[in-house]
Amino acid sequence: MKVKSIAIPLPIDNIDTDQIIPARFLKQVDKKGYGKNLFYNWRFNEDGDVKESFELNKPERKGAEILVAGNNFGCGSSREHAAWAIADYGIKVVISSQFADIFKGNAFNNGILPIEVNPTVLQSILDIASKEPECRIEVDLKSQKLKVPSIELVSHFDISPFKKECLLKGVDETEYLINLRNEIEVYERKVVAE
Amino acid sequence: MSKTLFDNIWERHVVKNIAEELDVLYIDQHFIHEVTSPQAFDGVRKRGVGVFRPEKCLATADHNVPTVNQSEPIKDPQSAIQVASLEKNCEEFGIELYSVGHENQGIVHIIGPDLGITQPGMTIVCGDSHTSTHGAFGTIAFGIGTSQVEQVLASQCLVLNRPRTMKIEINGSLNLGVTAKDVILYIISQLGTEGATGYFVEYAGEVFENFSMDERMTVCNMSIEMGARGGMVGVDQTTIDYVKERVPISEEEIDKWLSLNSDEDSVFDRVTAFDGKDISPMVTCGTAPDTGINLNAKIGSSKHLSAKALKYMQFDEAALIADQKIDYVFIGSCTNGRIEDLRAVAKMVDGKSKADHVTVWVVPGSMKVRAQAIEEGLDKIFLAAGFEFREPGCSACLAMNEDKIPAGSLCVSTSNRNFEGRQGPGSRTILASPLTATASAITGRVTDPTQIMEFA
Repeated sequence: MKVKSIAIPLPIDNIDTDQIIPARFLKQVDKKGYGKNLFYNWRFNEDGDVKESFELNKPERKGAEILVAGNNFGCGSSREHAAWAIADYGIKVVISSQFADIFKGNAFNNGILPIEVNPTVLQSILDIASKEPECRIEVDLKSQKLKVPSIELVSHFDISPFKKECLLKGVDETEYLINLRNEIEVYERKVVAE
Repeated sequence: MSKTLFDNIWERHVVKNIAEELDVLYIDQHFIHEVTSPQAFDGVRKRGVGVFRPEKCLATADHNVPTVNQSEPIKDPQSAIQVASLEKNCEEFGIELYSVGHENQGIVHIIGPDLGITQPGMTIVCGDSHTSTHGAFGTIAFGIGTSQVEQVLASQCLVLNRPRTMKIEINGSLNLGVTAKDVILYIISQLGTEGATGYFVEYAGEVFENFSMDERMTVCNMSIEMGARGGMVGVDQTTIDYVKERVPISEEEIDKWLSLNSDEDSVFDRVTAFDGKDISPMVTCGTAPDTGINLNAKIGSSKHLSAKALKYMQFDEAALIADQKIDYVFIGSCTNGRIEDLRAVAKMVDGKSKADHVTVWVVPGSMKVRAQAIEEGLDKIFLAAGFEFREPGCSACLAMNEDKIPAGSLCVSTSNRNFEGRQGPGSRTILASPLTATASAITGRVTDPTQIMEFA
């Protein structure tokens, strides 16, 4: 997985999943089309008019595959609709200094790479992305490197080896667990016997 | 050096260790609701694998359901489809369902404990972040995403990173008017919304030991609001009595539960302590649950209040939070929708009435809670006070149904989140205890409950 893209900066801490996708848009029974409602309350006025000043709405951010956000991104509700909305919008990588646990898991399960960097690095990326919208960020999962060539920033990021392999090889965690059903039954019998 | 309650339960549920700190964990109980499950059921259907252990699943309709005229068809077509999908999925896969109108229907985290399904030592999950509520019973309970709901349906297991452990200890006695809700709002205000990320919390000390199960559930419920994977309280006689009142339990089982508890010398990755006497009735003033302040404080005294939140809330930081004029009061949710909450509200408002300009919704957490409240005559007290007593559901906690706070209106709410627009687009939320919510309903302003209690 390699991504080279312009980025959308959202220098706001504690962006919760109610902002990423408000509850009134959780009424579908499928996973499709949530992107149009991503950050709905920040993107649109009450009457549905586009808020031009919001980063996602700026023409220079069009086509961005990277979102850079303040600390503790994705806190609050467990709704995976937040990850579906981000993925459907075309975002492949989210960078923050910390992610809420459930969101992080949801991101991985939808092929979104959540990258945690230290607060100083995050600030540098937020700054450059804000000042120079054309600035490209490069992410390489295999080498676990994040680069911003225009400011000569190279940062290593951590990722669980299991999650990395799942993303790189397209391994489906659910298939992995289904294939484990025999071992799970052995566990169940052991518990009953105790 | 002994193990913690968390370690004891976790280790008993490891089916397979994949890598360092990465385990396949067995799930004893899976709770399901209509909003986060349809895509998961579709997933297992497409894979053709069926539900592995349907008897370990229990479903209810709560997030989307109306709280008036539940006997009539659901008006919102999308909500109706979601509830119908849940009914169809549970039928197809043989899962017990308490849908709208069933005597056991209610908010998923209220019915599990109340039906005796939630029991010490269990691992419990649900596609809902407030699953941490069940931790009050000495369980490992946490919220999961829909992909994980699918995994549990397909295998009764999850692949999980083992969280670190954290003890939050509070001793001493609590001041007048301080409830379990104030205690957890205080803890969150001290630690911040991300203060416990990566940790599983155990609440210990006299304050929690003295709490009832309903109160412990209120505390554990909001663990997620400081980022914790979950929160738990050790098993004691209070826990045992609660479960025994609901289902038959053997002495052997009880001994096993008690043996899981943390000891004095159990080692946690992190330990934090507070003093019970430092806690006052708390209300939030911003748009995150860590903006709790006491009722004598200025709005600007919250160390977690951002300029963005202040603007959204239309507050002046130099103003006092008390005396802010309110429009709505919401009493309910998985945080404070249990019978003890409704009793506390009724006790305070008995013989009084709400301020004319305030709309008050009391939404019981379940059909059982509602029936109990009616049996005790609480409904009559609510109606006499001008409160609306509704039918069970998540309601205005997340405003997925019609129960929305209008844009710009200020609501004192016993729920768990005050995020921007949480209770409806443009709504402004102040989180509070049932006592503070009731006191505020009576005066029409944000009010310290002790003012009402002292004059009672």
